[in-house]
Amino acid sequence: MADEVKLFGMWASPYSRRVELALKLKGIPYEYIEEDLSNKSSLLLKYNPVHQKIPVLVHNGKPIAESLVILEYIDETWRNNPVLPQDPYDRAMARFWAKFIDEKLLTTARKVSFATGKEQDQAIEQITEQLKLLENELKGKEYFSGQSIGYLDIVANVLVFWFRNLQEALGVDMFTEEKFPIIFEWIGKLVKIDTVNECRIPKEKHLDYIRTRLEALKFSSK
Amino acid sequence: MAEEVKLFKTWSTPFGLRVVWALKLKGIQYDAIDEDLSNKSALLLQYNPVYKKVPVLVHNGKPISESLVILEYIDETWKQNPILPQDPLEKARERFWAKFNDEKLLPSIWGVFTKEGKEREEAIADSLENLQFVEEELTGKKFFGGEKIGLADLVFGWLAYLICVFEEVTGLKIIDERFPLLLAWIQEFSELPIIKDNFPPHDKLIIRYQAFYEKYHPAK
Repeated sequence: MADEVKLFGMWASPYSRRVELALKLKGIPYEYIEEDLSNKSSLLLKYNPVHQKIPVLVHNGKPIAESLVILEYIDETWRNNPVLPQDPYDRAMARFWAKFIDEKLLTTARKVSFATGKEQDQAIEQITEQLKLLENELKGKEYFSGQSIGYLDIVANVLVFWFRNLQEALGVDMFTEEKFPIIFEWIGKLVKIDTVNECRIPKEKHLDYIRTRLEALKFSSK
Repeated sequence: MAEEVKLFKTWSTPFGLRVVWALKLKGIQYDAIDEDLSNKSALLLQYNPVYKKVPVLVHNGKPISESLVILEYIDETWKQNPILPQDPLEKARERFWAKFNDEKLLPSIWGVFTKEGKEREEAIADSLENLQFVEEELTGKKFFGGEKIGLADLVFGWLAYLICVFEEVTGLKIIDERFPLLLAWIQEFSELPIIKDNFPPHDKLIIRYQAFYEKYHPAK
């Protein structure tokens, strides 16, 4: 039976793009369905009734939700070009830092985006600490996953496009080459990889998107 | 080389207890170190510098933090009595529900415990919605893992001994007759010796959570 793989995603979502990156790295053909998050399709709601969010991977009619869960599913189902390491301890470290990115880094990035004044300063301090911790994991390595890109690079891909675009849209001193030379060196390597570029977010469109959202939130909080 | 396994936890943390259950299920010998979180040991801070939290598993000197990460590590390192199934889709299901507990269910119920007024009403509504999803997941199953317990059961396991504590302290019914499958699961799960033998003492939990409750709802 031919494999049928569908991905419900959204162009600006780092969670959705990381799944695309994994699928492309493994050469898995898939059908992409772009969701309008202000008008979610009935299929999406059927496939992810609990969270009603993207991304959702549907493999031969069976849905899997939550991007980190999807990444592990992909790695276990298509065994070529493994993205997670073999050794249990290395796997634990990769999972630990992936959780750190999603639960800490991205949460703080949201705070930086929506806060102003002193609160924003505190959030920037927090994110600087967190980024430094993450940067440590790159020391002495080509990529987070070692000699070639893997699971943690795929998750950290959010730094390559989103964080840089957020930095530009906000204009605050949050994510710069001066502050994080090792991360930026890694970014330089990543953007040279074809597959990573195939999943890049169109920059101007994204900057517009970020600015519109920030305006809308500022407006609604008055 | 002899195996050395240490677990840093506290007597009451549900995140630590799920790791204890996994270790006991697999018959793994370990040293338990119960921390005083108001006075964390230098070793804990050394082993978990990022979060400075329990639980931390240290296997032959190498530390692993974050309970879900620890559970996967344990299952991959000690292969007997697996807590995750072989099939990738079933594994994904277990992981999905484990995340749901930690990211949605537990925080919503904690909200019922800690919040007041309108915020509490919202937390109650959220909790009921979340519990309904969990209830549906148990359809046709004895445990979340099927015929025997797995990762999701261990992660939902706090419901089996802590919900009654919350209910006693708050006077609210959180898991009522609207959730017959969940109530049945709590019964079945609590009857397993490895599970109930390691429940923290109920009386001690009542004292602890009574104190928390008073902190969150100071008498006016």
